[in-house]
Amino acid sequence: MWLRINNAWIAISIGCLLPLFGLLLDIATDNLGSNPIQAIHIRLGDWSLRFLCLTLAITPIQTMTKWRGMADYRQMLGLYAFFYATLHVLGYLFVDHAGEWGVIGIDIIESSYIWFGVIAYVIVLSLAITSPKSAKKRLGKNWKKLHRLIYYAAGAAVIHYFWQLKGNLFQPLFYLTIVVFLLGFRILVWLKNRQLAKLMLPKGRPISLEEND
Amino acid sequence: MIIKTDKTIPASEITDPLVFQQRRKIIKALLASALLPAGIVPVSANTELQPRWPEPTDSTDSGGLGPTTPAELVKNYTNYYEFSFNKEDSTELAQRLPTANWTIEIGGEVEKPGHYQLEDILSRQTLREYVYRFRCVEAWSMVVPWVGFPLAELIKWVKPLSGAKFVKFTSVYDPGSMPKQRIDAMLNWPYVEALRIDEAVHPLTILAAGMYGDVLPKQNGAALRLVVPWKYGFKSIKAIVKIELLQRAPMTTWHEFAPSEYGFYANVNPSVPHPRWSQFSERQLGSGFFTPRRQTELYNGYGEQVASLYSDMDLRHFY
Repeated sequence: MWLRINNAWIAISIGCLLPLFGLLLDIATDNLGSNPIQAIHIRLGDWSLRFLCLTLAITPIQTMTKWRGMADYRQMLGLYAFFYATLHVLGYLFVDHAGEWGVIGIDIIESSYIWFGVIAYVIVLSLAITSPKSAKKRLGKNWKKLHRLIYYAAGAAVIHYFWQLKGNLFQPLFYLTIVVFLLGFRILVWLKNRQLAKLMLPKGRPISLEEND
Repeated sequence: MIIKTDKTIPASEITDPLVFQQRRKIIKALLASALLPAGIVPVSANTELQPRWPEPTDSTDSGGLGPTTPAELVKNYTNYYEFSFNKEDSTELAQRLPTANWTIEIGGEVEKPGHYQLEDILSRQTLREYVYRFRCVEAWSMVVPWVGFPLAELIKWVKPLSGAKFVKFTSVYDPGSMPKQRIDAMLNWPYVEALRIDEAVHPLTILAAGMYGDVLPKQNGAALRLVVPWKYGFKSIKAIVKIELLQRAPMTTWHEFAPSEYGFYANVNPSVPHPRWSQFSERQLGSGFFTPRRQTELYNGYGEQVASLYSDMDLRHFY
C-alpha cells in the first residue's frame, strides 16, 4: 500500500530523518574530524545499510511477534535506505570528486569495492522506482520477484563496506551477521512452507507467512 | 575505579615533565644550530632567542607542496593500530604510551651495536625541518613539517658492515599501554618495517622526533619515527625501539598480513592500483567540500630524487 499518513507515520518519518539532521549539525559545527568528506561519506553509507537491514527485519519480526502493524512501514524504511544511498552516491560524485568525470571513471574502474556499491545502488534504485502502488499493480507477480533482490543489495552493500577497508573487519562482519541471519530466517520459512505444501498436497495451497507483499 | 583523563591535557604533562623538558631543550638547541641545507625548507632563525621551538612553516606555499596541513588535523588523524583501528580514538589512547627515557637498540651488521638513549642520538645530529607530502595507502594525503635528521647520518655513525643490505625497524611492544597488542588483534605485533639500504641512506629518508616545530605527539609516532616521503605511509613506522642492519630482507607487518595488497616497496604510484581500490587520486586533508581530489604523483612527487633507485625494476611486480 502507499504511505498512510497518521501520527505514527509522521513520528517514524522524523525518526528516519534524524541521522540526516545529526549529520547536517555536525557539518555546521565542524564536528567531523580531520577528513570530513570521508566522514560524511561513511555516515551516509552506514545509514543506508542500517535502513536496508531494518527493512529486511520487518517480516521476520512480524512472523515471530504476530504483530502486523509494522508492515505498513516496510516500504517507507526501504525508501529511506534508498534516500541515504542516493545521498551517499551524490556525495561521492560531487562532494568528494567535485564532478570530475575522468577521475571518477578511473576510480570506479580500478576500485573493485565500488563495483559492489554500484550493484547495491542499482538494485535499490530499481526497487524505489517500482515502489508505488501503480508499479506494483503493473508488475503483478514479478514485483515480488524483483523486490526479493533486496537481499542481493544488502549482500553487495556489506561487501562494498568491507572490501574498502585496510583490514579491520569488525563492523562489516556485524552487518553481514545481521543480513545472513535475516536471510536464514527467510530460508527457514521457505523450507517450512515447502514441507507444509508437501504434506497438504493435493488438498490445499502452501501457507504463506508473508501476507503483506 | 576508572579515572577519566581530561582530553585537553597536553602530552607534555603526561610524559615525565622533566624528561620532556630536557628532550625539548636538546631538540631546540640543535634546531638553533641547524644549517640551512639546499632543497629543504629552513627553520626560522634566532631560535635561541625564542622561548618556543621555531614557528612552523607558515601556511603559504612551502617548497611547491602547497600549504602545510593544519597541525590539528594531522594530530587527530593517524593510523595507529596498536591503540585503535579508529584514527580519532588513537589520538587519545596513544597518550598512555610512556615515551620518557626512550632507548633505541641498534644491531645487526654494524660495528657499533648497542642500546642508545634517544637524547644521545639527537644530540649528535643536526635537526632540521623537512616539509614532506605524506600519502597514505588509503588515498589521503597531508603536508607535514617534520623535525628530524637523515637516517643516513645514524647509519653512518654506527658504521655499517659490508653485508648490510637491508634496514629493519621495530616499533615498541607495550601491551600494557597498547590495547590492540594486549588482545593480539589483527596484525603480528610488534609492527615491523624495512627498507633496502640504498633507500635507507637516501637523503630524503629521515628519522623524525618532532613536527610543526614541537616534539612529536605520541599519536604521531613519538619518541622517534621514520618518514619515507615517496612511499605509502605505512612504511613510515612509528615509535621505533630497534634498528637492525641485515643481509636479507625481513618480513614486514602489512606485507605479512596481506602480501598481495601491501608490498615491500610500497612506492606511491598512481598507475598501480591497490587490488581493491584506485591509487589514482587522493583527498588532501584540509581541503574543502566540492574541491576535486589531488591527482597522485609517481613516487609521491619525489621521482626526480628517487626514480633512479628503481630504474630497472617492474613497478607493477615490485609494488
